[in-house]
Amino acid sequence: MSRNKILFGIGVLAFVSVIVTVRLGGFLVDNEYRQPERQVAVEEATGEAEATPRQQGIADEQAADEAEARARPYVEAEYRAVPFVGSRVTVWVLAQLHLLFAAFVLAVPIFAFIIEFIGYVTGEKRYDRLAYEFTKLLSVSFSMTATFGAFLTFALIILYPKFTNYLMHIFSPTFLPYVLLFFLEALFLYSYYYGWGKFGPKMHLFLGFMLNVVGTAIMFIANAWLTFMMSPGKREDVDGDGIPDFVSAVSESGALLSLRDAFFNFTWMPINIHRIIANVAFGGSIAAAYAAFRYLQARNDEDRAHFDWMGYVGNFVAIIAFLPLPFAGYYLAAEIYAFSQTLGVQMMGGTFSWLFVLQAALIGNLFLGANYYLWLGMGRIEGTAHFHRFIKWLLIAIALCFAVWATPRYAIASVSEIAAMGGSSHPQLSYLGQMSAKNTAVNILILSTYMSFLLYRRTGKTSIHPQRQLLARTQVIIFAAAAALVIFFGVFGYHQSVDAATRIRFAIPQVYSVLAAMVAITVIDLPLYRNARQTGETQWGRMPAVSQYALIFIALSFTWLMGLMGYVRSGLRQEWHVYGVVLDTSPDAYTPTLGFATQIVSVTVLIFFGLIGVVFWLSSLSGKKAWEPKSAVEADRLGEGHAA
Amino acid sequence: MYGLNLVVVLPLVAVAGVLVWRRANTLTWLLFSLIGLWAFFKFGFIVPIPQSVATIYLGITGLALVCYASSSRERLAETVQPIVRLIVEPRYRLALAGLLIALPALAAYNVYADLTAPLEAPGFGREIHPPPPTELTVHDETLDMATADNPYLHYHEDDPEAYEQHLENGRRIYYENCFWCHGDGMGGDGMFAHGLNPVPSNFNDVGTLPILQSSYVHWRIAKGAPGLPAGGTPWDSAMPAWEKFLTTEEMWDVNLFIYDFNGYQPRALGQH
Repeated sequence: MSRNKILFGIGVLAFVSVIVTVRLGGFLVDNEYRQPERQVAVEEATGEAEATPRQQGIADEQAADEAEARARPYVEAEYRAVPFVGSRVTVWVLAQLHLLFAAFVLAVPIFAFIIEFIGYVTGEKRYDRLAYEFTKLLSVSFSMTATFGAFLTFALIILYPKFTNYLMHIFSPTFLPYVLLFFLEALFLYSYYYGWGKFGPKMHLFLGFMLNVVGTAIMFIANAWLTFMMSPGKREDVDGDGIPDFVSAVSESGALLSLRDAFFNFTWMPINIHRIIANVAFGGSIAAAYAAFRYLQARNDEDRAHFDWMGYVGNFVAIIAFLPLPFAGYYLAAEIYAFSQTLGVQMMGGTFSWLFVLQAALIGNLFLGANYYLWLGMGRIEGTAHFHRFIKWLLIAIALCFAVWATPRYAIASVSEIAAMGGSSHPQLSYLGQMSAKNTAVNILILSTYMSFLLYRRTGKTSIHPQRQLLARTQVIIFAAAAALVIFFGVFGYHQSVDAATRIRFAIPQVYSVLAAMVAITVIDLPLYRNARQTGETQWGRMPAVSQYALIFIALSFTWLMGLMGYVRSGLRQEWHVYGVVLDTSPDAYTPTLGFATQIVSVTVLIFFGLIGVVFWLSSLSGKKAWEPKSAVEADRLGEGHAA
Repeated sequence: MYGLNLVVVLPLVAVAGVLVWRRANTLTWLLFSLIGLWAFFKFGFIVPIPQSVATIYLGITGLALVCYASSSRERLAETVQPIVRLIVEPRYRLALAGLLIALPALAAYNVYADLTAPLEAPGFGREIHPPPPTELTVHDETLDMATADNPYLHYHEDDPEAYEQHLENGRRIYYENCFWCHGDGMGGDGMFAHGLNPVPSNFNDVGTLPILQSSYVHWRIAKGAPGLPAGGTPWDSAMPAWEKFLTTEEMWDVNLFIYDFNGYQPRALGQH
């Protein structure tokens, strides 16, 4: 029996089961009560039906309900509940799904545009095809974003009517531009997608550029709404005493004082920066996961080669955007701390600090996964054995840094462990739990990942530059100097003479030395390997299946990370809808346990991946062959049908 | 040395040296790394590291080793080959039989050890720095926690004599009231500290005073354990609410003194 027949049979069985269940339920309800014989006799004798106590009771209840409904005055609802799940979880999941799709829709055009531009400059058609392949994912994702956006808006209006009304009071002037921009986004997106090959290259690139401009503007407006909830105003030294004062955008009663201050609030720009970078990293990883999905499905070498390359580019985009992300994250966290000590302590020292240990684990996994994929990628090229010996040292550096980053400042410990340590922090390991160690670890992780990429870039090539030895040694010296500087600042930060502010500011030279090293090494590497002699051919499509699962793993980790950190940022407000202004008085106005929060994040990620699977499937339909009749008889029948 | 248990660490280093000398294969290195690091995390520190942290480290180790073993086709083959040989070659039958007995026996021992471990209250993650309120009322005076600062700190620049007086007063108050728990040197190791769980705060720690604004420390001194927020219980703190025993000025003075004594500056408002 064919698979289709089995599936059809299961479908019919399921349908029949539903019908039978409904009919059975109806039968049971209809026959829940039978009139007693006595009443039947009375009805026959008098010709009038005597109401049974049950019927009388139902009628009385209906009359009472009606009277109560008429007597009840209209009251504005503050909150409405969702059975079983609760209002907060409903809004939480919807907002997260909307954001995940929105992030993807905003990110893909950024790198699709860049790839198309590279194709335009170099004249290589494969870049154009790749950019189109990425853009194919946008159409369905855009619909998903809009659907979840509408769902979220309705959920907010229904479940949090008073608070939503308040946000409208503050931000109503921004809604119309938002809708207008959304309309323009749709216009540019569809003209960019459907106009592929229909417009001239410059015009098409212009459409892509405008799509990005409009998309970013939309995000900036939405960011103002959410950051206002966290920091409803700005800090400014009003009295000139050198200490920044809080300038609220609203009065004590919550009335709007300055839309400008509400919009350009304290955490608006840090969120903008963080989200743009994170979106690109996330979008790249999802696009790479799509390529992995197609690679695993591919049935010929040509498709495997194409999707292998697409996965590589998607992952490359994700990792390049991911490298500066920790710094953008620190900037955001530092601004939150600077805005409010309470929020800062809550985030980094309070309940939410445990989630940063999870964050560290995820980020460590991301770095490990990204490097692992690059190392496996060396297998595409013949004659790379001598590069494999470096993998061991890179892996040791990455694992060490991962361990440092995942070390909590204060460990979860049993009573006997606490007694042995003399407190909640271990006398040696607690040093690894501080910012100096974390900054050092992340910088070394970035350097190591960059080195993995550099090794990958060199596989199968031999430099023919006359000064190749000198240049290569210079690169090693720069790399070693940057690593030494990072470690020096990390260790020196613990010295008694260094105060907290200076210690945290050491992060700046650490970052600059890593960035400078990466730029300098790249600048040297370009001439060093220009016109290099090929010693091995890159064979796209020659990757083990595990590499594709690594790409999917990276996408999954990114998504989980976004969900987790989104919860931290939003949850920090605790019992406030708008921090310090509008109090949350709903039954959900408590901080959920960390376990519950991570479960909600996990379920949201699963739903997202289910939906993105649908997006992948729909996007892959366009590449499939047109349907053809399976047999000559069917073809004849269809032919007759058409003829008729 | 640096809190390491050399009885464990030195033999591990010696075994690693032997493996280098004998040019051990990949599988041997992987097994040594896993077992050696387990031993190091479990017994390598004089003060044992908590199980939760050791589990994180071992998870990372396992992941890294899997990545390494499968990072190329050749390395994967090199890693798997000895295992395949152990299974298929007749001359290893005895070793295979031993392994087949040893592995379940190890699992059984693990279950036995878990079940016979002494009963203990489960571990918990305690919040060390509870989030402060936005406003603080002490002796009928309400402070904005975000902007409040030690009112005598500016004397350090403006009036050094007055600063010294407040500092001296803070010193007196500290050694009359606080040192019993927080210790002579403020290391959280006063004479009562051993009777307390969790132990009192260590003010020498670079991760405590410098990252907090002085208003935060004032809040902790004034309100003590009874004033801790409900959000992150269990607090289990024995810190008294000193507003019941000291004046506002005395509390700011002792605040000044503990920062000065440790050579730290309070975190400034708006500071990153």
